[in-house]
Amino acid sequence: MKIVAVCGMGIGTSVLLKMNAEKVLASLGIDADVEAADIGVARGAAQTADIVLTSDELAPEIGDVPAEVIIIDNFFDLDEITEKLTPAVQ
Amino acid sequence: MSLNLAEELSSITTKATASDWREAIRLAGDGLVAGGVTTEAYTEEMITAVEEHGPYIVIAPGIALAHARPAESVLKGGLSWVSLETPVEFGHASNDPVTLVIGLAALDHTAHIEVLKAVAGVLSNKEVRARLEAAETPDQVRDLLSSLATK
Repeated sequence: MKIVAVCGMGIGTSVLLKMNAEKVLASLGIDADVEAADIGVARGAAQTADIVLTSDELAPEIGDVPAEVIIIDNFFDLDEITEKLTPAVQ
Repeated sequence: MSLNLAEELSSITTKATASDWREAIRLAGDGLVAGGVTTEAYTEEMITAVEEHGPYIVIAPGIALAHARPAESVLKGGLSWVSLETPVEFGHASNDPVTLVIGLAALDHTAHIEVLKAVAGVLSNKEVRARLEAAETPDQVRDLLSSLATK
């Protein structure tokens, strides 16, 4: 399974999102490749991904992709990420 | 936690006053400039990032991670810390208002990951975060972060 974490610049928020998504996936026992990407390359990366994680503001910029787009409000909240990611990966 | 954030922070400002989100980001940018991390151009790039992509940098309730792309305006990797006396609206749907702005500058996409992990570790603990935001002086923030790192 491939997951892309997307932010505007690819250095800050997407990296945090990737770290916390990996924690959640590890606790769920799911093997997935999580990649951090900036919005410029995200559209391409999202074509081959199963899931895209991003924020409410950036979701419209990603546009129409085959991947399931999941919006995370609080990037530090492992409970929120777990709740939203679990149905998508199982 | 092995990494001591107190040593990673190039500058700490506590109980600062900002009238709007641009000013709040400028304070974080001033901290990066004062710490020799970036040039003033980077501060404007952080503001432009929000103008272009919206307030997505407000990554958790009350916390903005101000940053822009690795560019010529970044002299080295670094972080600045600004706690605000009065909360500031960034226009985020669910995480406003902001009380803490972290300025982040990176030379590439990977070098600062350990630092970000430490930031996430510290700020995802609600009790620790409340104590950090209540700190009146930069020394109090440093002492608290150092005590966390030795645990």
